[in-house]
Parts: sequence; structure tokens; C-alpha cells
Amino acid sequence: MYDIVIIGAGITGSFIAHKLSKRQCKVLVIDKEADVANEASMANSAIVHAGYDPKPGTLKAKLNVIGNRMYPDICNELGVQYVKSSAFVVATDASESRILDTLKTQAADRDIECRDITGDEARELEPNLSAKVIRALEFPTTGIIYPWLVAIALMEEAVLNGVELRLSEEVLSIDRISQESAHKSSPDSCDSASEGYRIHTDKGSYECRYVINAAGVYADDIYGMALGHKPEFSITPKRGEYYVLDEMEHPVVSRVIYPVPGPAGKGVLVVPTIHNNILLGPNSHIADDKEANNNTADALSYVKESVKKTVDNIPFDKVIRCFAGLRPSGDTGDFIIEESKELKGFVNVACIDSPGLASAPAIAEYVTDEVMKEQFDYDRKTTYIHGKPITYMGALSDEDKNRIIADNPDYGEIVCRCCLVSKGEIIDAIRRPVGATTVKAVKKRVGPGLGRCQGGFCEPLVVDILAKELGIDKTEVRYDSKDSIILMEMTKSVNKKEEA
Amino acid sequence: MTVEKHDIVIIGGGSAGIAAAISAYNNGCKDILLLEKDAELGGILLQCIHNGFGLHRFGEELAGPAYAEKWTNMLKDTSVKVKLNTTVIHLHKDKTLTYVNPVEGYVTISAKAIVLALGCRERSRGAIATPGYRPSGVWTAGTAQKYLNMQGYMVGRRIFILGSGDIGLIMARRMVLEGAEVLGVAEIMPYSNGLPRNIKQCLDDFDIPLYLSHTVTDIRGKDRLNGITVSRVDDDLNPISGTEMDFDVDTLLMSVGLIPDTALLTEAGISLHPKTKGAVVDEHMMTDVPGIFSCGNGLHVHDLVDFVSMEGEEAGLAAAKYAAGNLSGSRGVKVSAGEGISYVLPSYISPQDMEETLEIKLRVKKNARDVKLALRQGDKLIKELKKLRVAPSEMEKLKVTKAELKDVTGELSISLEN
Repeated sequence: MYDIVIIGAGITGSFIAHKLSKRQCKVLVIDKEADVANEASMANSAIVHAGYDPKPGTLKAKLNVIGNRMYPDICNELGVQYVKSSAFVVATDASESRILDTLKTQAADRDIECRDITGDEARELEPNLSAKVIRALEFPTTGIIYPWLVAIALMEEAVLNGVELRLSEEVLSIDRISQESAHKSSPDSCDSASEGYRIHTDKGSYECRYVINAAGVYADDIYGMALGHKPEFSITPKRGEYYVLDEMEHPVVSRVIYPVPGPAGKGVLVVPTIHNNILLGPNSHIADDKEANNNTADALSYVKESVKKTVDNIPFDKVIRCFAGLRPSGDTGDFIIEESKELKGFVNVACIDSPGLASAPAIAEYVTDEVMKEQFDYDRKTTYIHGKPITYMGALSDEDKNRIIADNPDYGEIVCRCCLVSKGEIIDAIRRPVGATTVKAVKKRVGPGLGRCQGGFCEPLVVDILAKELGIDKTEVRYDSKDSIILMEMTKSVNKKEEA
Repeated sequence: MTVEKHDIVIIGGGSAGIAAAISAYNNGCKDILLLEKDAELGGILLQCIHNGFGLHRFGEELAGPAYAEKWTNMLKDTSVKVKLNTTVIHLHKDKTLTYVNPVEGYVTISAKAIVLALGCRERSRGAIATPGYRPSGVWTAGTAQKYLNMQGYMVGRRIFILGSGDIGLIMARRMVLEGAEVLGVAEIMPYSNGLPRNIKQCLDDFDIPLYLSHTVTDIRGKDRLNGITVSRVDDDLNPISGTEMDFDVDTLLMSVGLIPDTALLTEAGISLHPKTKGAVVDEHMMTDVPGIFSCGNGLHVHDLVDFVSMEGEEAGLAAAKYAAGNLSGSRGVKVSAGEGISYVLPSYISPQDMEETLEIKLRVKKNARDVKLALRQGDKLIKELKKLRVAPSEMEKLKVTKAELKDVTGELSISLEN
């Protein structure tokens, strides 16, 4: 019997698992995806927003501000990059300028650093800012991260400290365990809190006392499974589409550029990434279903037109990829983070759309130290193992690189020529505690395929390394999910040779 | 730390780089280092197991690996030093560079002259922003070719190909020969981008339909590709609603263009040509960083490997001269693309410094018949070449002599005239 099962290994599930891994409780994390942070936590704007825009009095407003303050230290402890990139929210006319007034007041109320500057002052700092911009608010505490790297590092450390992680496993149904049956499975625990849940997946069943439902766009369905009827909240997946621009020596902007927020959210942004790429997006459009993270021609052209409103000289010939993510948006407009009123011990961490990423560390703390303060009052572990950050050769001095290569020549063999990733780093990504088992998971950890050739040169090499490391045939290597087959079969000629 | 110095360092051991090395050696340079990122020399030729290489250079038709072998054998007769598994990480204006390999680690060296023979990469699905899902099953034609010809694996059974570039056409035939079904090739332009002989031998002979003025407008399949939509496009290349055709395929191969690999050039501050996307060069293949030369598909994308090799030879000769102090590097007059021409190469010609003859390379913008390629300074005609037919997919060459250019003083331009 587990104390706690977390359904969903996205950024919130990972933060919660990490938090609980420091306490003396038995925790299991289940996710239908083949990797940690594979859906909404993978496909978003990758920004730790400062927290000036959520509506006053909401959980979003409270947790975003706290989360933003927590990130730099957490990333530092985990050995994951966090860049305080700063941001401009820009106004192009008087009515937009009035919205800036509101944001400025909210920022002051929330004690968020904010600078009010003219369009010309803003253009001095960001020369490609549109001439139409008349005023900007600068929010220096805005940060950029690779969200999946944060989630992976959190989950690795959680796993090192006893949290169990089951990936590629889908929750199919959830039963309540009555006191009677709980007695049978766990004769020692006969106090009144022994009620719990039995979670059935496509691979097994697990009993636990508490469930944390951090299932992203599926959180309403998961809750419905446990309730046996339609839950009081529902999630509408809202798709956001993006372009990715190639890494450049001088990207078109060096800070995040936001238009003024509107009813659809923060608007279409121009976002620098840690490795000097640029993200353009997102739009917001209700998706047909919870898997519909496809790109559409209409949304892509809308994004293209929208960014021109705030930034000039965007090099659209440097586009290397498009992607889309689904926001798990709830019907109340706010996060839903509470113990179910009907189901004791069932905690919904649901409707975590923007600013979910920025709020995630604060969400975890809110769950463990406020919502479930009494129930999760486990003793702290006396020893705690810290994860070893991923070694990126590119970040080391030539002396350090050469010391590592002398020890293991694989680190001197470049596999990905766009992002300069060595074979050694790829093998490391596979052998780590929450090791990569797919091409996409390797890409998320160390980068081959993120660059301008989009895996054209390196994918066959990565497939080869994965097959060798995992001890499987190359036809068994997957891009991502179990159905994302890469190689179908050996060729006729090769087969014939082998038969002969 | 002392930095090892060579007369010439050549980056890239494919067709251009090997030819440059041999040519530099034959022109008197004996201290040449050739750096190749793969485990063997030959570059992309090694996966091009089809025929058709060498007709211009050797007068015989060879498969890619055989063509490469001919060159590597020639290289063995020289004292060129070769380092394999060696990737160049940094290149600087002062002609120092840093490479890495498993044996030596990171090493910084310098050279009197550097020849860039970096090859090209394929445009990906991401670069052209094709809408739809992002499942496994969408590859560039070259990646599928590598899986098939180098590793012996089929990426799919029912294939559609977007783009009529030569690699796509060749892969269409190759996949059919391996038992796959190729349902069609869509080309967004009203004409094919591949060589006519490849349209004939790879599509027509196998009854594979070519849909001109069509593109892929949707990609389906959450995990593995399971279908695509192809639509006709209008004159502005926008899809026309109502013309959609669905194909149940498990694989989409992209053959939508090749782009010179220029990451190193940017770092060294070498100017890039807006059209070719490779370096801006003069008549000696020299970039605007004196002593750094560029050639092959890393300079501009060629149709035939023979021309890549020949361009490598030109660059090798020039680098040898430069290393020996026999090339001034003065920039001559500008040569620009006039009416009907998409680009000309080189961008600068010095009538004083050029060799006795020079082949100006160019591509036209559209298919045309009974035309002339005219080289002019202002209104003054310097040279013209009659062509029965021209096509964007076929590189044209206009040969000029030093004598013909001796009176040139200002900007030159080549245009397509009737």
C-alpha cells in the first residue's frame, strides 16, 4: 500500500513528488506518457512569469508570485539552468496603456519589481521593438527555463530518494477501498484513516491512502473515475501554437516581449530561450479533443501576424519547427487545488493552465503544507540523496572537457552537429536515474534533434545508441509513445543475406 | 600552449573536401590537414548507392561509394593528413579553429589557409511549417536514405514524398525496389526541382504520380503517421480549399530543399549570400575573410557531384596559392544576378587576379526555351551563351576568359534574355 499516488508526471506532479520525497512516506507516480513532462509541461512558452497579471484574489495570483520567487534557488539546487531574462509588456495605444496602469498597480500590490518606461527607452534596450510601441512595463524578475529539464531533475531526485515512477502506464479506473477491504490488504492499519483508493492501470493495480490528481487535461476525467459521476469542474483543452526560430548569435530580442493581456490570456509573445532560440506564440483556440495538439495553418498565420505588432525584423526564414501544446483550462478561470469535498484523501491539482509553470513550486508547497498539512505530516527523512546534474560538455572549459574525454572517449565523439552533443552525453541521458528510453526523451535531456536539422543527421545515430544501451532491436526503438514506431523492418536484401 | 600550424586545413572530407585536398597538394602545398566528422571519408556519397556519379569528371557512371573511393584512392597518393571522427567546433577570423575527436579531445590549431567543404543539410518539415500532428514517420529523404542504405532498415511501407528534389526522387525508386508502395510526389512549384533524368527514371518508369503545384496541408497520426492531405496551390503558393486529397500513408518523406551548412561561418564573421545561403566568395572561392575559402554544397547546392568535386579542386588550387603567398586577395568587381537569374557565383571577379578561364555558375528563376545568358557591364555585352532550354533545377555555367574581362572596370551582371 502506498501512502500517496500522484497521477501525472508533469511539472506539478514532479514538484509534488520531489517535495514528498523528503518525507517518510511511500509515493508512486503514474503517467501514461513515455517520459516525465511530456505534454503541457513540454509544450508551453517556457517562461517563469513575474505574476503581475492574474486576477487579484485568485490562487493564480498568489501562487505565481511565490513560484517566481522560488525558482532561482530551486534550479540552482537542482543544477538546472534558470535565466532571469526580464520582460517587457508593451502598449501600442492609449487603451493598451491603461491596461499597463492596472498591471502596474497589481505589481505594486504584489511587491513585484516593475519599471515604467517610454517606447523609446524600451527600444534602446530592445532595438527590434516595433515603432508602434509607446510605453512598456519592464518586469526584471521574469525568468526563462527549460520546463522539462526542471521536471526531469525533480523526478530524478525524487526517485533517488525512494519515489516510484511508472511511465507509459495509463490509469483506467479508480475504486474507493472501504475500511473492510483495506483491512484485508493491510491488516496493520485499522485506524479510521485507513480508507483509500485502488488505482487500476493498463499494467496493474495499486492501493494508496491518498491520491493527488495532477493529470493535466485529463484531471476532470481522472476525478470522474473516482467519483463515479461527472465532477463539478471540467477541463477544456485550449491549444496554443508556436514557431521555433533557429539559435542565433544575436536573437531578435533578449527579453520576453508580451503584448498587453486580453480576455484570451497573455497574448502572442516573442520569447528568447536559454540557448538563443526564439519562440513565437501562442494563440489560444479550443481544441477538438484532449489529444488534439496538432498545428493548424490558421493559427500559425495568426501567430505570424500577431508578433509583428510588437516586434520588427523577425527572421521567419529561421523557423526550424512548429509545435502546439494544450492548456488544461478549467471553467472557473482559476487553479483548482483542494481536497475533494466528496472524496476524502483525493486531492485535485487541476486546471493548471498559465501561469501553471511559474506557479508549480508554490503549488506543490500549497498542496503539502496547506491543503494536506495534517494528512501529509510525515517525518522528514534523515538522509537525503541529491541528484547529480546532467553534464553538458558545452558548458565546460577545454581542460575539463579533455579530462573527461581522456577518461571516456565517447565524450569526444560528436553525434549532434547542430547542438554539438557527444555520444557520451547521450549514453549518460539513457543511464540516468529517470533515464531516457525514447528518441524524444534523449532530445529533452541533452538536445540532439532540437537544432536546425531537426534530427535529420543525428536521429539514426541516436536510435543506434538507444538500441545498444537498452539491449533492444532497432525496430523496437520508439520516438515517444509505444506506437510511435521509427523503423518498420529490415530491408529485403539484408533479410535475404541473413537467411542465406 | 603552442598552437600547431598547418599551411592548409580543409574542413569536411566529402566530395568537395577531398578534391580540394588533392588539388592543393598537386599545386605544391605539402602540409595539408583534412578533418572529417564521420568515421570514413566520402560524406553523403556513401549513402548514395545509385548510379550516375562521375560522368563529367571521369567519363563513366559510378555509384556514390565507388565515386568516393576513386577520390580517396587518389588522396592516398598524397601526403595529406586525415583526421576522422573529428568535428570542428569553432572557427575564427584569424584562421584558428578548434576541433574535437575521441582520441585527442579538444584541440586548437591554426592555418595559413582554410578550405570549408561543409556540405549541406536538408530543409525539414519544421522549416516549412507543415500543419498537422508531429508523429514519427516524417523524415527528410536523406535521413530515410541513411536508414535504408547505411543501416538496412525500412522506415515505412506506404510512402508519400513532398518535394521533387533529387534525393526525394531517388528515394521514391529505392523504396519501391525494396517493396514499399510510393503513392505520389507533390511539388509546390509548377515545375519539378529534380533533374529531368530522375523524373523519368525514378517516377515515370515506376508509374509514381507527380502532383505539380501541390503541397501537403495536413499530417495525421498522434504516434505514427497514418495519413496526409495534399492540396493544390494557387499562383501565390497558397492551398486552394476544395482540392484536398487524402492519402493513407505511414511515411512522409521531405525533399524540399538543401541549405549549405554555415554555423561555423557565422562565428568567423564570414558574410553570407542571401540567395545561396552559403558564403559570399570571389573568383577564387575566397570568402570575405582572407585565406578562408568555401566550396561544394557548403557554398551553394549543386545538382551533380562532379561539379562539387571540380569546385573543390578550384578552391584547393586557390588555397595552395594563398598559403604560398601567391594570391593577393584583392576584391574585384561585383557580379550580380540580373533579370531572370536567381543567383550568380562568384559574387566578385578580379580581372587581374583571375585564372586564365573562369566558369561563372548561375541558376535561372524559371523554365525557359531558346534564351541567352548575357554577361554585361552596364549595357555593354561582354559574353553571351545561347541555351535551347534552361531550368531552375539545372545549374548553368558561363565560361569567361581573362582576355574577355580585361577591360572590365565596373559591376557585372548576368541576365536571361530572349
